[in-house]
Amino acid sequence: MSSKDRILGRIRRALRDDAPAVEVPRDYLHAHGSRTPAERVDLLAAHLAEYRAVVHRTDEAGLPPLIARLLAERGARSVLVPPGLPPHWLPAGGPTSVPDRAGSTPAELDRVDSVLTGCALAVAETGTIVLDGGPDQGRRRITLIPDHHICVVRVPDQVVDSVPQALPLLDPTRPLTWISGPSATSDIELDRVEGVHGPRTLEVVLLGTQ
Amino acid sequence: MTGTHLGMPAFPAVAPAFPAAAREAVRDEVLRANLRHATHTIRDKRRRAVAELADWDRLRAAGKAVKDHTLRHLDRYLLQLDAAVTAAGGTVHWAADADEANRIVTDLVRATGEREVVKVKSMATQEIGLNEALEEAGIAAYETDLAELIVQLGHDRPSHILVPAIHRNRAEIRDIFRAEMGGWGRPAPEPLGDDPRELAEAARLHLREKFLRAKVAVSGANFMVAETGTMVVFESEGNGRMCLTLPETLISVVGIEKVVPTFRDLEIFLQTLPRSSTAERMNPYTTMWTGTTDGDGPSAFHLVLLDNGRTDTLADPTGRQALRCIRCSACLNVCPVYERAGGHAYGSVYPGPIGAILSPQLRGTGSAIDASLPYASTLCGACYEVCPVAIDIPEVLVHLRERVAQGGPVTRGGVRVTLRPADGRTAERAAMRAARLLLDRPGALRAAERLLARARRLAPRTLPGAGRGWTDSRELPTVAAESFRDWWARERSDPR
Repeated sequence: MSSKDRILGRIRRALRDDAPAVEVPRDYLHAHGSRTPAERVDLLAAHLAEYRAVVHRTDEAGLPPLIARLLAERGARSVLVPPGLPPHWLPAGGPTSVPDRAGSTPAELDRVDSVLTGCALAVAETGTIVLDGGPDQGRRRITLIPDHHICVVRVPDQVVDSVPQALPLLDPTRPLTWISGPSATSDIELDRVEGVHGPRTLEVVLLGTQ
Repeated sequence: MTGTHLGMPAFPAVAPAFPAAAREAVRDEVLRANLRHATHTIRDKRRRAVAELADWDRLRAAGKAVKDHTLRHLDRYLLQLDAAVTAAGGTVHWAADADEANRIVTDLVRATGEREVVKVKSMATQEIGLNEALEEAGIAAYETDLAELIVQLGHDRPSHILVPAIHRNRAEIRDIFRAEMGGWGRPAPEPLGDDPRELAEAARLHLREKFLRAKVAVSGANFMVAETGTMVVFESEGNGRMCLTLPETLISVVGIEKVVPTFRDLEIFLQTLPRSSTAERMNPYTTMWTGTTDGDGPSAFHLVLLDNGRTDTLADPTGRQALRCIRCSACLNVCPVYERAGGHAYGSVYPGPIGAILSPQLRGTGSAIDASLPYASTLCGACYEVCPVAIDIPEVLVHLRERVAQGGPVTRGGVRVTLRPADGRTAERAAMRAARLLLDRPGALRAAERLLARARRLAPRTLPGAGRGWTDSRELPTVAAESFRDWWARERSDPR
């Protein structure tokens, strides 16, 4: 008998007492409050900042100079770029663009200073951005290895209130990364320290109409 | 690399019973201070995080129902999961016990030709002693969670589900890093202070080289989605993302109770787990993956579904609710016994209230430690109160006490057996029989009460014989000069 059959047999015998069927009550809230789009974006900004992401706001015209400034302030000499990133987001004459290639080794990516991406959506109530590997986000590892991540969120279109509103918009067959602030640990005396293995600096640019 | 002391020292095969282990722990002043600080900090934060959600009780009820429903149809959902993971490019293995799971993982690592693996913090792999099994096969397993790293470098044992090094303070951690990092890879930077920031930086540097060259990773998972085959790992540091995305081969060892039916069900646990666990609205990183993805992440994914006592637990209608556990550790942080005794006294990778009901069910109550765990509680109920899936831990504790004291039918290794009453419980049973005799006979009870009242000056401070153990740590109540029933009769017959 295979272990699979053995385990399934044990489960069926264990459930012989025929416990009653269970209905899952779904009466929990779909969102915690009703907000205008502007309020939703404000809440996202506040919650991102509370978990130590650096939040910026700009419009289409202001985006390239803002990104140029953020990269320059960081002293970045190179920046990873996913294949579908709108080309005009990157300033001319800025740091060297490094394309997201299948053949790059982790050690090569470790030498890149920054990464610039879009996102799939953002969740206001939890201060979360979600990446799904779309063309403007690239492979999961490019937003992991560099120490500086700039993520552009189109507001208010890409912002939802809550986790229950976010899940139906996501495709579980794609690799999903939920990011709420830069990496952190509380393993030493439960004292929160931002920045362990993932990017220690997360800058979120809320791109809308000013 | 020294090649020695790899892996985490396992919990001793013959662990002392809880009271003996706890007596040692409460004498350790540093340990008690560390634990008190940590548990109080996190329990206050949790209260604030939970209070933000007006529908907390409804989320808790829904989480409980999803888990109960899944357990009720566990065979069906596991088959659905197996099919979905396979369709998405993964390979599913089934392991009836720890040995089989360890053998499967060891063979999978060997097949890659690699001699080392990086690990994401996982309760299931600790439960089965995977690191020790790999070490025996000549494979080094590197823990990458900061707290697990502290435990591994310190040749220590985890003492908390979420923060396994909670019993260590910053100065102890600095000393461990200084003394041990060099033997495992990149040494700690010198000079090294004890600021948590500096210590986290030392861990980042030490582990970076391991992440960048790793070809094989081993993880657990917080949830598995049956309908889609999606695996979910919640984490904070990014070590999880490193292990889940950089290596070529990913092996996940997951208990069979971690399955949930639908992707939508995650909307409940994505709200309740972080708030119960790290007391945050959301943990910094959550990774969800389904099988393999071309050009992104590992090209080979293996899922090892682990039983190891879970189906035996499922066979107990009262005890099976322990399988709802999502390993948040909120019950540890509010437990007055855990706060004082610490995690090691529980003699298992699952400490605290949840460990007191999980370990004796997964392993059976045959050993001294497992037979004593159901008593490692004051039954205050704080654990039930904070549990995000409403496990009635006191109810299961009482149920398991009854099983230890009286014996009865249990399932072990899939076989129904009848447990004999534990040794050393004879005095307790005799006392209970005597009590029943008296309480069933009002006349005898009255006579006994009067006799006791008259002899009250002779009452000893400690009980003799088998009762001595009980009075070692308790004051005997003083005997009243008059029984309540005599007082009542006198008061009623003497109206003012």
